Amino acid sequence: MSKEKQNRTVQTTGHAWDGDIQEFNNPLPTWWLWGFYATVVFAIIYWVFYPAWPIGDDYTKGIGNQIEYTTADGKHVTTHWNTRALYERELQEARDVREKYLATLKNVSYEDILKDTDKRAYALSTANVLFADNCAACHQPGGAGLAGHYPSLVDDDWIWGGEYVRIEETIRKGRNGNMPGFAGRLNEAQLSDVSEYVLSLSGHSKNTAMVKRGKRIFEGEAACVACHTMTGKGNSAMGSANLTDQIWTVANIKLKSEHDKNLVTIKNLVANGVSRSMPAWESRFTDTEIRMLTLYVRELGSSK
Amino acid sequence: MSEQTAYVEKRIPVFPRSVKGIFRNLKTTILIFAYGIYFILPWLPWERETGPNQTIIFDIVNRRFYIFDLVVYAQDIFWLAGFLIIGAFLLFFVTSILGRVFCGYFCFQTLWTDVFISIERLVQGERNARIKLARSDWNTRKYLLKGTTWILWLLVSFWTGLSFTLYWGEAGQLVIDFFTGQAPFPAYATTFFITVTTLVMAGLAREQVCTYMCPYARFQSAMFDKDTMVVAYDEIRGERGEARCKPTKENLPYDFRRDNDLGDCIDCGFCVQVCPVGIDIRNGLQYQCISCALCVDACNTMMDTIKYPRGLIKYTSEVQQGNKKHSWFKLKNIGYALSLIIVTAVLLTAIINRQGTELHVQQVRQPLYIILSDGYIQNRYSIKILNKQDKTQTYALTTSGLQHFRIEVKPSARFTLGSGEGLTVNARISVDPEGVEDEQQVFQFVLVNRGSNERIVVEAQIFLPE
Repeated sequence: MSKEKQNRTVQTTGHAWDGDIQEFNNPLPTWWLWGFYATVVFAIIYWVFYPAWPIGDDYTKGIGNQIEYTTADGKHVTTHWNTRALYERELQEARDVREKYLATLKNVSYEDILKDTDKRAYALSTANVLFADNCAACHQPGGAGLAGHYPSLVDDDWIWGGEYVRIEETIRKGRNGNMPGFAGRLNEAQLSDVSEYVLSLSGHSKNTAMVKRGKRIFEGEAACVACHTMTGKGNSAMGSANLTDQIWTVANIKLKSEHDKNLVTIKNLVANGVSRSMPAWESRFTDTEIRMLTLYVRELGSSK
Repeated sequence: MSEQTAYVEKRIPVFPRSVKGIFRNLKTTILIFAYGIYFILPWLPWERETGPNQTIIFDIVNRRFYIFDLVVYAQDIFWLAGFLIIGAFLLFFVTSILGRVFCGYFCFQTLWTDVFISIERLVQGERNARIKLARSDWNTRKYLLKGTTWILWLLVSFWTGLSFTLYWGEAGQLVIDFFTGQAPFPAYATTFFITVTTLVMAGLAREQVCTYMCPYARFQSAMFDKDTMVVAYDEIRGERGEARCKPTKENLPYDFRRDNDLGDCIDCGFCVQVCPVGIDIRNGLQYQCISCALCVDACNTMMDTIKYPRGLIKYTSEVQQGNKKHSWFKLKNIGYALSLIIVTAVLLTAIINRQGTELHVQQVRQPLYIILSDGYIQNRYSIKILNKQDKTQTYALTTSGLQHFRIEVKPSARFTLGSGEGLTVNARISVDPEGVEDEQQVFQFVLVNRGSNERIVVEAQIFLPE
């Protein structure tokens, strides 16, 4: 037995080229050959049960491999095995799972969703994706906002009101914010004075004379109070900004930067006015989606 | 196949003869020990507050491995790297000093082949009877004997496969489910796969696995040196001047052999007959040799019978054979040992110092800071807490190292977590930027376990506007 093994020298295939060039023959082990046969058998079984051979414009579909699924439009499809159908079926399964959760959120008050750990987690994580897909283009990832263009949603000031009803209304109907430019109605000096007064409302002014003159313009000639109110705290019903806090959504005021720079910024703003708008989303989201987004946006913001 | 070129090499069947001796006993002991662990472990109960009451269970569904009192979570998977590195270095270390000890005594291929050969012997008889049976024509007796062998092999294979599956579910319930058709598909697939591979590898392929398939068999030579212990034939003593020769009445006495320069090897072939891989150890170190040392037992048995000194085939090294001084302490061996000790120490430290509660703090960077209406600056943190203890715990999240600040934790700063439960809370910290010069402020989140008063501290930063 082992003698046979020892005595065997390397065989050649028997061919000789150029007289003396020969080819070694190292025979395959039998187990390897059986492995090869197994792959052949596998291939034949595969042909029977799975799509395999092209025949003209068509191909063999395989037997006993029906896949059924329902598309997002509710269409029922039955087809032979293929990876696209598998994918569609997985999507359908995911929709079914989601449907179950969404059903639990219907007709439940915001407060009740927040109280329930599971519902809260589901609503917030779903809205997180909706927000990233639809809202983050303007409001930035995480709702950080873009100074001068799109308001931040993470601070504790709500331009159009922070109650659930108001947020929901904002998302449904969209918002149009307008402040007229005062360039023609006020002269250079008046613009400077009223801007200085605006800065003073949040404690950013030193020039009391200018503030005094500015206050008169703010309350009188320019009639800023009509929207921003006498106290300068604004009116969330019409989306006029609160000028007394430290949050600046349109003018890019840096807290630590110099007063002169801030004054120029405000002056330009008063002279040119502001016009911002947010589109209505009612037609693009389902009711539940809007409610989840409302909850998410409210949770983004800080408490007062 | 004289002149015919063969493209496929037929396997020459091996019919190992049984042998008694010290290494056979050692192999049997290890076999019983290993089988004891493998087959019984999933059946041993282990009391746990939560989780299955089974000594070892790999709970894939809940992403948790229970190993005695150790619960391994998915994030502890790095320990696996430690175990694998220890395994590799232990293998290198042992191989470098003692040769293919793993192959000969511990490898499951060796163990299961050993059991399958024993079954073969039990049913069909000793080596000669088996060879005769293999060469005989197919008749009722041959069908009966071969059939019985295969059925027994199949039973062992199946029980091997099922036992493997039991490590992944609760043994008692899983066995009942398995035989009533209630078990999940992976249980059947795993059992089937292990059953088939066991049957094929230990029943049919046998030494071919070691010779052709196993990568370790081929790279072991990298660990070998002249001091490595190998099973070797003492060629000088066995052959002497006049080579080995078959015993006759005249030349059998030991003194006669020595005086006439005849080899001590009486060419009985016992060492070849017991070899499970079918080689002749007298041809020197061969890559097929798994160092099972059964030829040592065989030769010693024969030497005892004819009253020659033992050790014609023995564990030795190239250096010892040349009568030079053997050395264990080589840079390579010391390196392997050192690596082994270091990795083991690191792994043990990691396991012993594992925390009962995990606390991860992640700064929310979109946006990095928020200016609030009263001028306070707010930073946000996403905080993950995981209770890895076996009991329900109550926690409170606080901070330290901050002045003039407000903290708000959503949904709540106090929470109760069951064993293995996790929670993500959002912490919002607002500080008064007045008088603070630095743009960053370092502080600590402190998670207090309200039961044990254990405190877990994680450092965090507050970023302020430029």
